[in-house]
Formats: sequence, C-alpha cells, structure tokens
Amino acid sequence: MNEKYLEIRNITKVFQTPEGGEVRALDDVSLDIASGEFFILLGPSGCGKTTLLRSIAGLEYPDSGEIVLQGERIDDKPPYERPVNTVFQSYALFPHMTVSANIAFGLEMEHVDKSEVSTRVTEALAQVRLEGYENRMPSQLSGGQQQRVALARALAKKPKVLLLDEPLSALDLKLRRGMQVELKRLQRETGITFVFVTHDQEEAMSMGDRIAVFSEGKIVQLDTPVEVYRRPVNAYVADFIGETNLIKGTVVAGGISLPGGNILPTDQLAADSVIPATGEVTVAIRPEDLVLATNGIIGGTVTDVIFTGDSVRVHVRVGDVEVIASLASYGTQIPEQGSTVTLNPEHRAARTVAS
Amino acid sequence: MTAVTTPPKKQAQRSRPGQSSPKLAYLPIIFLAFAIGIPLLIIVVYSFLEKPSQGTGVKWVFTLENYKALFIQEKLDGTTALDTRYIKVLWASFYFSVITTVVTLALSIPVAMWIATRDAKKRNLLVALVTLPFWISILIRTYGMRQIIADEGPIGRFLGIFNIEWSILYSPPATILGLIYVFLPFMILPIYASAERFDFRLAEAAYDLGAKRMTVVRRIILPSIRPGVISGVALVFIPALGSFLQSDMLGGGKTNMVANIIANNFGQARNWPFGSALAVLLIVLTLLFVLIMQGAAQRRGDKVELV
Repeated sequence: MNEKYLEIRNITKVFQTPEGGEVRALDDVSLDIASGEFFILLGPSGCGKTTLLRSIAGLEYPDSGEIVLQGERIDDKPPYERPVNTVFQSYALFPHMTVSANIAFGLEMEHVDKSEVSTRVTEALAQVRLEGYENRMPSQLSGGQQQRVALARALAKKPKVLLLDEPLSALDLKLRRGMQVELKRLQRETGITFVFVTHDQEEAMSMGDRIAVFSEGKIVQLDTPVEVYRRPVNAYVADFIGETNLIKGTVVAGGISLPGGNILPTDQLAADSVIPATGEVTVAIRPEDLVLATNGIIGGTVTDVIFTGDSVRVHVRVGDVEVIASLASYGTQIPEQGSTVTLNPEHRAARTVAS
Repeated sequence: MTAVTTPPKKQAQRSRPGQSSPKLAYLPIIFLAFAIGIPLLIIVVYSFLEKPSQGTGVKWVFTLENYKALFIQEKLDGTTALDTRYIKVLWASFYFSVITTVVTLALSIPVAMWIATRDAKKRNLLVALVTLPFWISILIRTYGMRQIIADEGPIGRFLGIFNIEWSILYSPPATILGLIYVFLPFMILPIYASAERFDFRLAEAAYDLGAKRMTVVRRIILPSIRPGVISGVALVFIPALGSFLQSDMLGGGKTNMVANIIANNFGQARNWPFGSALAVLLIVLTLLFVLIMQGAAQRRGDKVELV
C-alpha cells in the first residue's frame, strides 16, 4: 500500500464574496491519502471540504499548493485530463441520455472500443445492482437508483481516485444506511481509493478508514474513526463527532472540581488527558459513558427523560449546565423527572479537551 | 347471491383551486375564431372565384384558374407553358427565411448562453435589453435600418474613408439583414428560456468524465436547449416566410418575397382571387413546415408543441 498515493500539499483557496469580503475556504491544507483507502472529509457546511474535493477533481483551481497523484502533479491539469472521477451530490445525470448512454459517455471520451464500452457498462451496472435498467431515462428512476447510476458512471471509468461529494445526503435514512454498506463493499471489491465528503459524522465513522475533520478551511484532526471519537483533540471535534457533554471545571488538588462542587479524581480521567496545574479546564464525557450511581460525582435534578428505543436519555441539571446520560433501556432503573440523581463516568472515558 | 352495486353518485362539477373555469376562455376563443377563422375562410373561398372584368372584388363563379395561374402561363397565341415566376418568388422567400433562421440561430445560442450564466439581477436587465426593440414600431425600426445601411449612411461614409464601395441597400442582402435584425429577439428569448433552466452542474459532470469544451457544448448543452431552439426556429422561420416589409423597404421592391406579391394583388394589381390562391399556397407550405418540425421534435422525444 502506498501511503502517499494522493498528496495534498499546502492548498489554499480564497473566494471573494459578493460583498467584497474574502472567505478562506482552504487555508494551507496538507494531507496524504493512501492507495485503496476510504478517506473521509468531514465538517459542517462551509468548512472547505467540498472545495478540496473539487480542487482534486479540477473543477476548482487552488490559489496555491500542489496536488500530486502517484508522484505526478495534477493540479495544473484540466478536469478531463485527470484520472479521477466524481459522484456529485445532485447526481448530475444527463437527462437526455439513457442509463447506459450516461455510463458510456465517459468511456466514449477515452475512445474505448464500442464492444469494450458495452462490456464495461454492463459490468458497472452489475456492480451497483442495476441490471436491466440500461434503457431507462434518468427521470424514470427513483433517487436511490439515480444515485447508483451516478456511481456506475464514475466507476466505469476505473478512476485512480473516486471522489464522492455528499452522495447520500438526498436519500432517506434507511436507504442511506443501505448505500453506506454497499459503498463500503464496492470500495473493498474494486480497491479504488475513495475520497468521500460528508457533514454526517455517523456516516463518516461507519464508512471511513480515516477521517479528516475540517473547520474553517483547516484540518482540525486526522485519524481513524475510533481515535477521532475516543480522543478528540479539542472541544470542537468532541462536540462535532458524536454527542458530548462539555463540562467546565476548575483544576484542584487530585482532580477537577465540577459544577455542583464534587471533584472528578484524576485517576478517573483518560490516562492521556492533559491537565494544567491550575485554572479552568473543559471535561468531555460521552452520554453513553455516564451511569447512574449512588453518591456519584455528578449530581443534579432530572429535567427530561426521553425514551428512544435502544436507550433512555436522561437530562440532568448540574449547577448551571445540563448533562445528558444515555442509559440502556433494559435492566436500568429509569429515574423520574424531577428526582435527584447522581452519575459517574465509566471506563475512564472522560477526558479534558482544549476548548 | 347477487351483489347489488349502486352506481356512484355523479359528483358535483367543481373546479379545483388553481384550475381556471372554462367559461373564462369562451370569450377569447370566440374572438380568435372570428378574427382568424373568418378571414381565412374568405381567403380560401375567394381563391376559387373569378376576378371581375372591372374593379376590385370577386365574381361569384367557381374556377381553378387561380391555382393554375400559379404555375402555368397562357401565352398570347393560346399555348401554355410552365410559369416559374411565382415558384421563384416562393423559392426566394424560402431561401431568405432559411438564411435568416440560420444566422439568428448562430448568433442567438452564444448570446442566450451568456445571458443565462449571468447572475439573476444582470439576467433580468439583459433580457429587458433584448426585448427593447419591441418598444419601437417595426416600421420605424426598418426605416432606421434603411438610414444606417444606405450608401451615404454611417457605414457607407466610414468605409468611404478607406475607398471601399458600400452599396447593399435595395438588394437581397439588405432584405436579409433587415429580417435578421427584426427576428433576432424571437430567437434569443426562447433559447434563453431553455438555457436558463440548464443545470450547469451537468457541464461539470461532463468535464469530470473526460469531455472537452466543444464536446460538452455539442453533447450536453445543445441537446438540453433543443426545445428552445425548436421554438426559436418556428418563431423566426414562419413569420419570416410571410414578411414583406423588409423586401419592400430595404430590398427596394426589386427582390420580392411572396407576401409582396400577395399584397400587390390585393392592392395595385386588383386581383383578389389570385392573391388569395397565393396566400393559401403560402399557408399550406407553412403548415407543412410546422408538421415536419413537430415530427422531428417528437421523434427526439422533446416536449414541443407547435400545432
């Protein structure tokens, strides 16, 4: 496996706003993507992730920096000379062409033989499980089917990198989950390097080999899903990836003083937590890492109890902050609204984070 | 056991919200029927009647002579021969209209695409500019054209500086120029309407799949704006075929279009039946053209309806 298959080197892209201002969509971004990797660019809208994807595709030209694929610079090439293909958020199927004509289009541009084109169209349709839809028009397909055609159209080109720009965002939850599994399978089977843009952290974690978390044109954290979830580098990542209780406390001897007056001992925090000598710190605790306890460290009044099926979410007011605990819906005594409870963090999963 | 089914009660005829009552359409339909149908009927009837020996009007005697006269000439010695004069005029009209259509089409596509890619505010302004000529009477605009292209007009004077001779007024090119000038907005507007709806992300997708600029235009953009092109061609070609003002004022009457001959027969020549026969021929040819266009559009699967 080539660790430096696709290299993004110091890419900066500044957009002018109509009001005359400037937006730094990408601010000196560098990262390496390995061959055969399922790589996720994650962040809220406007964080620069789509601009980076479009820069790799050649639909956007960065102001500075280099994009190198297999040791060859591609950032100065037009999109039609780059061995990468995109699955667009809007699918962008050609409405006046049949499904097979849509898929064949990219191959015709490469002057592939007619017989070869038809073989590869059939192959691509089989890959996305759309056999028998060759002669349909895009308007005759459901959203999920259009999505598959868009995927087949890009895959038929056998790109060195497949770029996916929020391809699942228009699908309903069930279909989206199904497509996530299928995309993962396709990526495994074809061995093609996928660069996948999404704002959905759950999608990012369930599919990605590695995730680059973006904020305001910069990469905040780049790691595997488990690491990003378990060891967020700061409060932004902790809050964006999954759900987190961010509780401000004060460093005292032997631990951190939390709202309500109790002390969270240092030996209950994650071992690699960085604790300053004095002052305020932010403690991040995942709702699922909190359990009900007698004489627990975090105490307060239950303000809401929400049953979600697989879990019960208990909102507890602690001093002037609200802490959410996610409890198993079976085998747990569910506290009542208005009652007083105490909670304890488990597994040494609580950690301090830079704010 | 027999099942007894009661027929469903007839539902009260109520118009759904947003659905216009047919009653509102009655008056305009009646008006159109009178304004178009009756003159058309008169023309068709007149074309089968004789010309009175004196004055204008018709003599109520059935004849096919008018149609025969379109193609056959009776010589003084009583022999007949093929008369190509009217065929030639028809051909000239057709030829002028085709050139007008092709030139306006070639000019309009880039303009329409350019307008469609501006931001919303600019687009509205540009569309308003395209429709600006409609604010002025076509007669005045054609007069204006005559002043501009006259031998001693601004173009002629400018070219005169370089000793280049400029003399196109009262010639076929002047007629064609006038037609192009008048019909250009009718081509730009429908193409723009199609181009504005074009999703430019499709062009990006085509680039991404390896298409170069011209391929994107030919295989993605042009097919997408085809409905607008077909409407534009119909809106330019059909009225151009029946134009007479340009050939009259700019062509100097030397190069007649079929509508000039029709007008002349109802005017100076005082031959209403023959003018009517020529008019019927023009209508039939136009209808034929429209049907061919529509057939072509339907084969392509475009949603364009001209008739």
